[in-house]
Amino acid sequence: MSVKIGDVSYKDRIDKGIENDFMRQAVSSAQGRFRKGRLSQAEELGNWEDWRQLGSEIRTHTLENIDYYLYQLSEQVEKRGGNVFFAQTAEEANEYIENVVKKKQAKKVVKTKSMVTEEIGLNEALEKSGAEVVESDLGEWILQLDEDPPSHIVTPALHKNRQQIRETFADKRGYDKTDSPEELAAFAREQLRHDFLTADVGITGCNFAIAESGAITLVTNEGNAEMVTSLPDTQITVMGMERLVPTWEDMEVLVSLLTRAAVGQKLTSYITAYTGTRLEEEIDGPNDYHLVIVDNGRSKILGTEFQSALHCIRCAACINVCPVYRHVGGHAYNSIYPGPIGAVLTPLLDGYDDHKELPYASSLCAACTEACPVKIPLHEQLIRHREIIVEEEKKSPVSEKIMMKGFAQWASNPAAYKLSTKVARTALKPWTKDEFVENGPGPLKGWTDVRDFPAPGKQSFRAWWNERAKGEKQNANS
Amino acid sequence: MPIHNRDKFLSNLAANLGRPRKIEGVERPEYSVQPQYEVLQGASQDELIDVLEKHCEVIHTDFVRTSKQELPNVVRQTIDRYEAKSIIVSNDKRNVEYGMDQAYNQYAEELDMHIWDASIGKENQVIAEKADVGISFSDITLAESGTVTLKNDKNNGRSISLMPKSYIAIIPKETIVPRMTQAAKQIHDDHVNGIETPSSVCFVTGPSNSADIEMNLIVGVHGPVNVTYIVVD
Ligand code: SF4
Repeated sequence: MSVKIGDVSYKDRIDKGIENDFMRQAVSSAQGRFRKGRLSQAEELGNWEDWRQLGSEIRTHTLENIDYYLYQLSEQVEKRGGNVFFAQTAEEANEYIENVVKKKQAKKVVKTKSMVTEEIGLNEALEKSGAEVVESDLGEWILQLDEDPPSHIVTPALHKNRQQIRETFADKRGYDKTDSPEELAAFAREQLRHDFLTADVGITGCNFAIAESGAITLVTNEGNAEMVTSLPDTQITVMGMERLVPTWEDMEVLVSLLTRAAVGQKLTSYITAYTGTRLEEEIDGPNDYHLVIVDNGRSKILGTEFQSALHCIRCAACINVCPVYRHVGGHAYNSIYPGPIGAVLTPLLDGYDDHKELPYASSLCAACTEACPVKIPLHEQLIRHREIIVEEEKKSPVSEKIMMKGFAQWASNPAAYKLSTKVARTALKPWTKDEFVENGPGPLKGWTDVRDFPAPGKQSFRAWWNERAKGEKQNANS
Repeated sequence: MPIHNRDKFLSNLAANLGRPRKIEGVERPEYSVQPQYEVLQGASQDELIDVLEKHCEVIHTDFVRTSKQELPNVVRQTIDRYEAKSIIVSNDKRNVEYGMDQAYNQYAEELDMHIWDASIGKENQVIAEKADVGISFSDITLAESGTVTLKNDKNNGRSISLMPKSYIAIIPKETIVPRMTQAAKQIHDDHVNGIETPSSVCFVTGPSNSADIEMNLIVGVHGPVNVTYIVVD
């Protein structure tokens, strides 16, 4: 696997997403729940904009000095008994990890959910070399049993209902109880406990690596990351090179932003920071530790106008407010990174050739940009992608070329950005009937010819949002 | 060699950023805002305890407040409430200070007690896996989020809070701070002053849970199903 999930056309994926009623319903209720959680947390803090500002400043400083902080991180990890491997490509990363696993003659590897290991196709590589790989996150484990890709960053198995999960457990593991979530989870606990205790190698991703001390921070609710990092004697962390912060204090701010923006929790049940190998006489934790730092296309984004896309802390807030995601679901993006951030990041990592439709998978309503806790200007970057596709790559049909000229004109004018929703609305006007875009232009048509999606509103986004938030509060109080 | 491919990798990053590589001399900037220090600023210790207690409802955690004298009884009542027969506890200096060493001896007459013992190695994990209850002290307690911070070491394995079916955290009142900011600052300052960061720092906020099946909250997917915090004045 790579960033791209498969070869089915966007059109087919979208149709499939839209036909799946359960998925659509699940996606929209999850969006509602996550979004509400985030809003109530933001309101409680009162100074959410200050928090976002701080988050954005920390990310900007870190990325501008990424070579310095990665150097510091690697020095610290070495000091604490670990090995560090810098991998330019997915292949290099996989090869190194396979070698560690082979050297240990490991039969079983337990993993935590991690997007970067998905991105580099680590599971397939390990399985080819003969090791059994067990995903320990409940949602991810369900998908693994069913050989299905994740559809949401936070809740990967969002598209499956409990009957489907029960069937999977029965078919694959001889489960014979009911489809109550509690019983299903208890069964998974029992099965996975065995795997944790018998695994030779543990592999995790990384939410934030702390350059100052060499600690790796993992944020989960289930506690599976603690199991994976406590029990096997060999431990491998795989991190995208940008998942890094200068100090513990910066980590703390970003973790607070992440948990609030992702699910509306103050903190998740488990936040673990582990550093290198276990110390003398300690029993839990690895005695053999490896940190693999992955580039895989990220460095190409540095120094470009898209650099801030690397600020992403994978909270999924942008996904949870996106009207397009709501209609088509995660699989339609044909990328392990769905939603607005996926539409920005996927063409940057994997090129425009296979993904030129993605930047059109947006209503440009700017909800994503407003939601992002580290202030990535997502919708502006989507517009910029469209411009590049039209101007430089000559990849889009005539209809967008005309449309894009309009975008190009106003997108190059800073004042026009401020009026983004208004402009987007004007740009879409020829296809707008009442408040819905019924038949969008070109590739946008692919996203709209089956279902209507809301046109950018007449109000500014902020005004609309405030009103909506008020409504939600009234509902919650009544 | 423990570090591979670093130079080429980092030089490429610097080149893309359009400048020479930086190996030293980068200072963290003064950020323009610091909202994290405003949360619960100036709250008294008792006010922080109230915040903690209230947040325990949100995180499905039982909350008890008691005195040092009463602590052994309260711990015992909690164990009985969980109908637990086997217990694993950290080998913490504070066991003596809080009278828990004697209490554990007493419990051992009826219960299967194990105090973490570095000399028996991995056997500790096996015992933790089978135990009904794990008990340890919180090192720093975060009022805002209802979180106990566990700095693990050779006498206080990570498994204690993780593997048993239920977990009891003993929280000395003076460990309570407003939020994660203060905990992170303490660890940061320690590092700057040459004190090594523990190999594992766990921030635990209530029981393990998941929303992966139709977004229903399920408690105890991997870690403990029940958690009790006991605040000691
Ligand atoms: S782009 Fe922003 S909102 Fe979207 S996942 Fe990343 S950090 Fe979260």
